[in-house]
Amino acid sequence: MSDGDYIRRNWDRHPPALTPNYKTSVARSPRFPLISLQSTASERTGPTFGHSDIAPGDNDLIHNFAAPGAAAIGERIILHGRVLDENGRPVPHTLVEIWQANAGGRYRHKKDTYFAAMDPNFGGAGRTLTDDTGAYAFRTIKPGAYPWPNRGNDWRPAHIHISVFGQAFLQRLITQCYFEGDPLIPLCPIVRTIPDPQAIDDLTARLDMKNTIPLDTIAYHFDIILRGRRSTPFENRPEGG
Amino acid sequence: MDDLKETASQTAGPYVLIGLAPWAAGFKIYDHELGHDIAGPNAAGERIRVQGCVMDGMNSPIRDVLMEVWQANANGHFAHPEGGGSVEDGFRGWGRVVPDFETGEWSFESINPGSTGDGHAPHISLWLVARGINIGLHTRMYFADEATANAKDAVLNKIEWENRRATLIAGRHDGELPTYRFDIRLQGDGETVFFDV
Repeated sequence: MSDGDYIRRNWDRHPPALTPNYKTSVARSPRFPLISLQSTASERTGPTFGHSDIAPGDNDLIHNFAAPGAAAIGERIILHGRVLDENGRPVPHTLVEIWQANAGGRYRHKKDTYFAAMDPNFGGAGRTLTDDTGAYAFRTIKPGAYPWPNRGNDWRPAHIHISVFGQAFLQRLITQCYFEGDPLIPLCPIVRTIPDPQAIDDLTARLDMKNTIPLDTIAYHFDIILRGRRSTPFENRPEGG
Repeated sequence: MDDLKETASQTAGPYVLIGLAPWAAGFKIYDHELGHDIAGPNAAGERIRVQGCVMDGMNSPIRDVLMEVWQANANGHFAHPEGGGSVEDGFRGWGRVVPDFETGEWSFESINPGSTGDGHAPHISLWLVARGINIGLHTRMYFADEATANAKDAVLNKIEWENRRATLIAGRHDGELPTYRFDIRLQGDGETVFFDV
């Protein structure tokens, strides 16, 4: 099987630029349509990362900012899954970065003025590389829900921001994963920027009892799907050739 | 073969720096942060600075944007297995750029990229995410002093409205370091061209 060009993005899966119930999008959304390009080398390549770029403990948010012997406060969770392409092929050795609020719903950021307490032992960022099978795993705490001013009384469901590279700049993706059973998910204006209910459901991490560490850490499973490539085995075989 | 669907994008939100540039968010969590050095010390080609500002539809600077840069080296090769050839040791061609918190002005240093082939003028790819941007925006910066190559560039020529092509061309000012100015307008007069790649 040869690798052809990348499959065009299915825009029905993604939020449009202009989503008035998420007010900040109104002034930050291009009004003209995107210009569709046949991808070139600039889009079919992208940055690569290796183990020299990161440290082994970077994917443990319970400890990666904590004082020696201390740990972050909150419900201890494993967030894990695989990075696959649209053809189901693993995306190995790609960088996955996450960031999140602490267990009280507060970010470590000077612009977050929510009065939930800071946790001195929680930074809120982690990163890892997928393995040969595209698998990734983080240990962290379950973030808290928090209010935001959008429409006066909007609340973000508990969520973790995820950034993934893939093997091409056109695969670059930032998303957010939510947690199964959270009643705030269907109320959230940012979730609801996505028009496709299935695409929203696909952003929900599933409770994964099989991978729970008994008496220690509960597990959630979340797969990330990046754009795939066409298979073009007949490309160079014209009819009768 | 499985038939899976791409994960939906969600905005990077107001706290994207915590995850992707914690030094800029004001704290140190990693020994080695990524995206600070685009060209590395060994790259051939002219050293340049690129600076600009990202503006919203009300012409206000967006101070919480994060941009990623992706470019070829002076020979038109990318640091990638399908990148067309080898690159200098330490050349990544990739970096992260965040603006000044007060002014929204950003800048980065790199080298002038080479052409990747006939019909491809030298350019730098940029990807923008921020609060209020629901899916990352792809654009390209071209160089005003490459007018001949720009006129033959397949991507620029794909833009039907000739006056919009100018939104992708950065002017050059010579100084201690040659500096290109590239302002990006998300909306309104002179809206920058963004691509579905």
